[in-house]
Amino acid sequence: MNKVLFRTITALIIIFLYIPILVLIVFSFNESKSRANFTGFSLQWYEKLFHNEAILTALFNTIVIAIISSLLATVIGTAAAIGINKMKPITKTVIMNVTYIPIINPEIITGVSLMLLFRAFTVYSGFEFGFISLILAHITFNIPYIIYSIMPKLRQMNPNLVEAAQDLGCSPTQAFFKVTIPEIMPGVLSGFLMAITYSIDDFVISYFNSGTTVETLPITIYSMTRKKVSPEINALSTIIFIVILAVLLIKNAISNYNLRKQRLEYIASKS
Amino acid sequence: MKSKILAVPYIVWMIIFTVIPLGLVIFFAFTTQNGNFTFSNIIAMNDYLDVLFRSIEYSVIATVICLILALPVAYLISRLARGKQGTMLMIVILPMWINFLLRTYAWMTLLEENGLINRFLGLFNLGPFNLINNSGAVILGMIYNYIPFMILPLYSVMTKIDKSVIEAAQDLGCSGFHILTKIILPLSKQGISTGIITVFVPSVSTFIISRMLGGGTNDLIGDIIEAQFLGNSYNPHLGSAMAIVLMVIVILIMSLFNQFGSEEAVI
Repeated sequence: MNKVLFRTITALIIIFLYIPILVLIVFSFNESKSRANFTGFSLQWYEKLFHNEAILTALFNTIVIAIISSLLATVIGTAAAIGINKMKPITKTVIMNVTYIPIINPEIITGVSLMLLFRAFTVYSGFEFGFISLILAHITFNIPYIIYSIMPKLRQMNPNLVEAAQDLGCSPTQAFFKVTIPEIMPGVLSGFLMAITYSIDDFVISYFNSGTTVETLPITIYSMTRKKVSPEINALSTIIFIVILAVLLIKNAISNYNLRKQRLEYIASKS
Repeated sequence: MKSKILAVPYIVWMIIFTVIPLGLVIFFAFTTQNGNFTFSNIIAMNDYLDVLFRSIEYSVIATVICLILALPVAYLISRLARGKQGTMLMIVILPMWINFLLRTYAWMTLLEENGLINRFLGLFNLGPFNLINNSGAVILGMIYNYIPFMILPLYSVMTKIDKSVIEAAQDLGCSGFHILTKIILPLSKQGISTGIITVFVPSVSTFIISRMLGGGTNDLIGDIIEAQFLGNSYNPHLGSAMAIVLMVIVILIMSLFNQFGSEEAVI
């Protein structure tokens, strides 16, 4: 294998992936409005960003919608996964295939299909596009990720555990909360986190279902990019990038720490 | 017995928010504004065949380039030590955590006439080149946004290829090229088809990348669907017909790569 060639390609791809982000970050500190001419260091775009009412409202909307929709999706999805797991293979396959639709369907199709549904709601009732339609749409595309991240945990779980708990005097409800839920909790949590990320990041489906009154952050970003020159976007991207980097580094550090702790405990138990 | 009931709220939800909306798309595609049955929306797609072919052409090119570029990257990562693999994967995934609108916007900054690339080339008295608002820029946007979707599935199958298999081939006199075509590629089939689907589907249905980097002259099928629902030419019936055509393309590609309905395809 040609190692040098492979390394060169990999290095170039990584540069390719990071150059645009680097450019955004550098120009967020630019003094002038120019996107190509660095005239001097300044923090004015950060200041403008924090006084930009539209962005702050959009950020608030995005977080509220992400939290509400992910929580509801987690509850509905967790219950669904447990129920589906007990079903006959044929029913299970049918339901899992329909669950798969929002994951594989192009986002634009999920977006317009929900838009047609909500438009039908507005015709036959007082329904209006806005917070509710956004939350309903986000729950819809979040549930499949929850179900798919819990199903493997349910499959791995020893079915005798629940029976054992009941033999030892647990009621079915107690066994559910004391055995099933703790067993699948890692799946529930990772599904919830995935749902939050997808929800915050979603543009296409929200774009079709937000109506004219409510904007999420990606929709605000989109309207800002239409105006061509808006260095506040650069400041915003830099903040987002640093937050994400921090979260991932902390996550990495925690899992490294856990790994080391486990190893130490293992060594301690052997000696 | 009792726990099956837990799935009922979801099944109701799925019917209302997944099945009925898709039914509505089909209903709209085959009706007129008065609700009469018609094929005219589907037939009207004839006028948009050029857009349709352009979408397919661009996304096929983007997918092939992604595959060629991702193969060495994924292979290299899969041969690293365990700890380094995680770090490299994080480096590849990190840009994806930034909203794709921002990433595409960054490319506008780089590519435009007074953009950084042209200014840089200007230092050597080159250009300015017309780098944005053309097909190349749209394809570049697709590759940039979706190449991690190709690297990840390739990596996850390649990391399972046993080192000794490759060493055995080398010992038996296999050249580098044959190791690639006879061992690595066949063993990575699953990852290649997943990667092709996860790059092709968002590429063929995009409407933002083409709008931001294509400058309105490189409209794709996503753009004209959007125009039927939110744009100037409001016509959800025609828009639904287009959506169905797009869905058929996606389903064809997926059944071609034999992934439909398989749980393993989910990353």
